[in-house]
Amino acid sequence: MRFFLQRLRHACFLLFGVSILAFLFTTLAPGNYFDEMRLNPQIAPETVAALRAQYQLDRPLPVRYASWMNSVVHGQMGFSFAYNSPVAPLLFVRARNTLLLTITATLIAWGIALPLGVWSAERFGRLPDRLLSWATAALLVIPDLALALGLLVLTVRTGWFPTGGMTSLDFESLPLSGKLRDLALHMTLPVAALVLSALPLLIRHVRASVAEVLDAPFILAARGHGIPRRTLLYRYALRAAANPLISLFGFSIGALLSGSLLVEVVMSWPGLGPLLLESILSRDLYVVIDGVLLSTIFLVSGNFIADILLYWADPRIRTEGGTR
Amino acid sequence: MRTRHPFAKWLAILGALHAIVACAGFFAPYDPIEQHRKNPYLPPMPLHLMDAQGHLHLRPFAYALKLRDGTFDQYKQDTSQLVPMKFFKSGAGYRLLGFLPSRIHLFGSEDARICLLGTDAYGRDQFSRLLYGGQISLLAGLLGAACTLSIGLCVGAAAGYFGGWRDDALMRIAELFLALPWLYLLFALRAFLPLSVSPLKAFFLIVAVIGAVGWARPARLVRGVVLSAKERDFVRAARGFGATDSYLLRRHILPETSSVLLTQAAILIPQYVLAEMTLSFLGLGVPEPAPSWGNLLSNLQQYSVLVSYWWMYLPALAMVPFFLGYLGLASSLQERLEPYKIERRSPGSLA
Repeated sequence: MRFFLQRLRHACFLLFGVSILAFLFTTLAPGNYFDEMRLNPQIAPETVAALRAQYQLDRPLPVRYASWMNSVVHGQMGFSFAYNSPVAPLLFVRARNTLLLTITATLIAWGIALPLGVWSAERFGRLPDRLLSWATAALLVIPDLALALGLLVLTVRTGWFPTGGMTSLDFESLPLSGKLRDLALHMTLPVAALVLSALPLLIRHVRASVAEVLDAPFILAARGHGIPRRTLLYRYALRAAANPLISLFGFSIGALLSGSLLVEVVMSWPGLGPLLLESILSRDLYVVIDGVLLSTIFLVSGNFIADILLYWADPRIRTEGGTR
Repeated sequence: MRTRHPFAKWLAILGALHAIVACAGFFAPYDPIEQHRKNPYLPPMPLHLMDAQGHLHLRPFAYALKLRDGTFDQYKQDTSQLVPMKFFKSGAGYRLLGFLPSRIHLFGSEDARICLLGTDAYGRDQFSRLLYGGQISLLAGLLGAACTLSIGLCVGAAAGYFGGWRDDALMRIAELFLALPWLYLLFALRAFLPLSVSPLKAFFLIVAVIGAVGWARPARLVRGVVLSAKERDFVRAARGFGATDSYLLRRHILPETSSVLLTQAAILIPQYVLAEMTLSFLGLGVPEPAPSWGNLLSNLQQYSVLVSYWWMYLPALAMVPFFLGYLGLASSLQERLEPYKIERRSPGSLA
């Protein structure tokens, strides 16, 4: 229990730090959302000044931070100038869509990487293993952007999957099963791009750590006892190799979040990515800050899940009672 | 046969690739921003040696492209009109490596242009833009990595060498930077910098932003090396003889970090080139008309381009040989560092 409390405290400290960092950056920013208005001769300078005052942009940084904190506590998370509404409802719809992509991609990527990595580690150095290594190397050298765009070009030319957006136009009129099918079809392309970009590294790490374990004497002993191959690999070897892989799980969430930002823009998936890009271009300050903060929350929760898994998988951590 | 440096092969490959891009003026047949409004979206022109009548030519040639009647961007090959490739042809002036004025190009042609990768909406030669764009993207990656590594070196050395509260504070900040997904961090930093600036200013802005984002991981690695190095006997001995802090750092401790820094550079440079590509692709980086690998791709965000002109995608593949080179370099460097480990890449190459 102390272990979790410590992790939680750590996470809170981290979020606090990130929010302060984000606000510090805003002071570096030349200009703000209302600067465009100042160029417009039809808007009186007094109006712009009044708007600035209304949104407290003329106040010093600590005051702005305090009032933003206040609105976070009240569940609004600041105010979007461009959408003229509190940020929170705006952000949550987009965050839901991003999470839908990221979680699906994480599950699928690990679902493929674990068996494939173990399979490859078992044949370490032999032909199938070398072939797979070549395949992962080939995937690894294709940059994310090229991969996502390539999939998009391919799909547009073949028409295998719908491209762009999250749903078809007639989505509302479909029955539930049709809705799910429509959503799944639209998700295929972005999820495929994410999975393919994350996969090579995951497979390589799984392979490396399982191969290391398979060299250990206890595996030889277990094999000598006649434990079936599958049990040996998945119950004993994978369990022993789990430690670095679980830390990798936390990292992979961060990578997938970053990746999904790009993929969303490329495939016009209505997630955080396009919203963030839009708000950067229009200098919609609080949306940017909240978006960055939200991504940190995702990442921190991902790491928290990894910690829980580690706690469950590694008895050493349980006995140490929180000190790592 | 065992070579003395297993990474020499990768260095040679990378050197050759970079040389091609650095001498873009020579290898590119045309000026990258010269517009030919009458030839928008020319498809790639493949080179042939055998013509339609079955005659073999010694000189490679392309078929001229003619506009189809009633269209503005649909072409057909005119197999009766050959465009022979002329080597070392004099063309648009450029400065080789930025200072040597020259007019000689590796290849060119007499009447029609040979556009190996087609042209964009303004009729600019994509192949030339690709080579020139590489200069910007690769330079951004190299400078960005240099920035990151020098920040990382300073922070890591300070934290590791002086220890105490400085170490705690610096490593806490590093954790903060490590906690953010890098693309979000990049976005956040970029968000608060001016949007519309000249290409040159934008370039340095991008380099600064990219360079400032990733310092945390190299700093942690450097700190680790410094921590172990400062307890080595010869360092203690030097200290006992009255060596000053700056002398110790300069002569004994920082040289120890060189292999870590090299490996990090090989990992960081392709990542940073990709970061520049991403930013420019999204319109937050180097603006038109200057070409960069990112903004060459940005017109693919239009659905019509995606559907009709697939060859606009080809520049995306330019990065692949560079990635391959850097990946090979990084893993051979890592093998040299930790020869006992089965190939294993640090999670740093992931995040």
